[in-house]
Amino acid sequence: MVEQLLAQGFIIGVLATSIRLTAPMLFAALGEMFAERAGVLNLGVEGIMLMGAYFAFWASFTSESPWLGLVAGMAIGGLMGLGMAFISVNLRANQGISGIGIYLLGWGLSSLFFRLTFGAISGVAGFQPVNIPILSAIPVLGPVLFQHNVVVYIALLLVPLSYVVLFKTTFGLSLRAVGENPEAADTMGIQVYLIQYVCVILGGILAGLAGAFLTVGQMNMFVDNITAGRGFIAIALVYFGRWSPYGILAGSFLFSIVDALQMWMQVIGFGVPYEVLVMQPYILTVLVLALAVGRSGGPAALSKPYVRGGT
Amino acid sequence: MVTSWLKERPLLNDMLVSLLAVFAAFVVGAGLLVLAGADPLVAYRPLLLGAFSSRYGITETLVKATPLLLVGLGIAVAFRGGILNIGAEGQLIVGTIATTWVVLAFKGLPGPLLLLLALAAGFLGGALWGAVPGVLKAKIGANEILITIMMNQIAALLLGFLIRGPMIDAEEVAYGTGYPQSALIPEGSWLLRLPQTRLHAGLLLALLAAFLVYVFLWRTTLGYQIRVVGTNPQAARYGGISVARNLIIATCISSGLAGLAGMIEVTGVHHRLLDGISAGYGFTAIVVALFGKLHPLGIIPASFLFGALLVGADMMQRTVGIPAGLVNSIQGLVVVFVVSTEIWQRRRA
Repeated sequence: MVEQLLAQGFIIGVLATSIRLTAPMLFAALGEMFAERAGVLNLGVEGIMLMGAYFAFWASFTSESPWLGLVAGMAIGGLMGLGMAFISVNLRANQGISGIGIYLLGWGLSSLFFRLTFGAISGVAGFQPVNIPILSAIPVLGPVLFQHNVVVYIALLLVPLSYVVLFKTTFGLSLRAVGENPEAADTMGIQVYLIQYVCVILGGILAGLAGAFLTVGQMNMFVDNITAGRGFIAIALVYFGRWSPYGILAGSFLFSIVDALQMWMQVIGFGVPYEVLVMQPYILTVLVLALAVGRSGGPAALSKPYVRGGT
Repeated sequence: MVTSWLKERPLLNDMLVSLLAVFAAFVVGAGLLVLAGADPLVAYRPLLLGAFSSRYGITETLVKATPLLLVGLGIAVAFRGGILNIGAEGQLIVGTIATTWVVLAFKGLPGPLLLLLALAAGFLGGALWGAVPGVLKAKIGANEILITIMMNQIAALLLGFLIRGPMIDAEEVAYGTGYPQSALIPEGSWLLRLPQTRLHAGLLLALLAAFLVYVFLWRTTLGYQIRVVGTNPQAARYGGISVARNLIIATCISSGLAGLAGMIEVTGVHHRLLDGISAGYGFTAIVVALFGKLHPLGIIPASFLFGALLVGADMMQRTVGIPAGLVNSIQGLVVVFVVSTEIWQRRRA
């Protein structure tokens, strides 16, 4: 067993898969990071991902274009983000519970729509892996890093981009101010509600994109509850990554390596029961959540609705 | 005049707002059905009337209301104590596992004793599973929502592993069918049933639990402390109430009640462990608890209402082919609407 685990092919397979699995986690977690940095805890990511996954599948199935699938996933994600923003910013609803509502809604609707429009399992072509010239021919590194579909690279590029937006732009400064101290931000002339709306909608768009990636970039099909908790794991990764893009990148890698490892162990068959393998990412997430606290507080005004002029 | 009469009855008033939220959810649900190309009237007829159209529908409503009531009460205790326990689904599953295991391990014992043992096992199994997020939240402030959701997944996988491996029915192995289920539990440990129905004595137990939860939360010091911790942890701390201790107790009672629901599903309905034995009760019960305004007097009717909805969903799926996923969507909308309308209910702080 140890020999098999150390075989070069196995290691390359695990690493290549984990890079691919990182993409949806990055989309969802970076989006959630923006929402939380602006003070809104969006626990509906899982539900938004499920809707993004279904609509991306439907759009790319009917149009035969995976790109339109991504656009559809982002559109429904943005729409649900808008709803979440209205609920948490204007109606000041409890963000923990309303997120669970959005989750149930997205889970139910994606399953309902799928059964009504498709009925049975069907596939789409999805994005094909691209061999990057020269680089993909490098032994080991080539197959691990340079033979993925284009969306994977978009996800990886989003990390430095998010870093720049968050820490090097006025918009980033404003949204961090809103998440830390909305009263002070308001006094300084920052439009608190507008910033929160923009960030939650952005988070929704990225969550929709994450779901879309699952159906048109990874599995090339839709099944009920295709996310299987990944939306919630993405939120956990935001905590683990201490609300910073590179921290989230590290967390996504860690999670994806464990996930890829258990998938490959299923394929090869080590005699470890399937359920025990599938359990590993969830156990890891519980550990991550237990270990991530106490190190850093996160945005001070997180999940506290802001009332202009005080309560 | 009506409004002032309602103002003196805040629970009733809040439940009327909840009813409006349900109505709104059905209206939006109808719009979504039209979008999906289905006729809402065709879907809603069996969904809303299915439960009341026959003796079967009525008794099945009560069968489904039983776990919803127990789990809903548990969720109310946790929410009142400031813990958002979303893990009832997993806690219920662990309750079914613990119950089945204990009853099979001690099957030689007389029935009543076995049932008592099952009761303890179900409650403790759930409570233990819930203690993990409870302790992590109380001691280090870990996010209990995410942890309970992860532990739902882990519990479901654990159940799948057990009924395919260590706990699989020996007969399934002997006949080579390998259907993933445990052995039947001894008949002595089955809850009493109304003849020709699945309605069992668990309903009485759940109603008793509703009474006990009411007494606990509003008539005992511990219950009072839990509510103070839930509404104002700072004040609790100044008043010398241990926040951590009360958080843990509230979570364990909450998850114990979910485990108890699992015990009742095994001894009252299925008499063995099966895949999908939790049937989503853990999530529906969140809706039940919120709809019932986290009060036993509200949760009892709420559990009947949503029990009827689940029965109606089965009928809708069977008779007109509209997937039961519709009910999840409607439940999600109810949650969103109920928490969104709270802004109009905060008059009494």
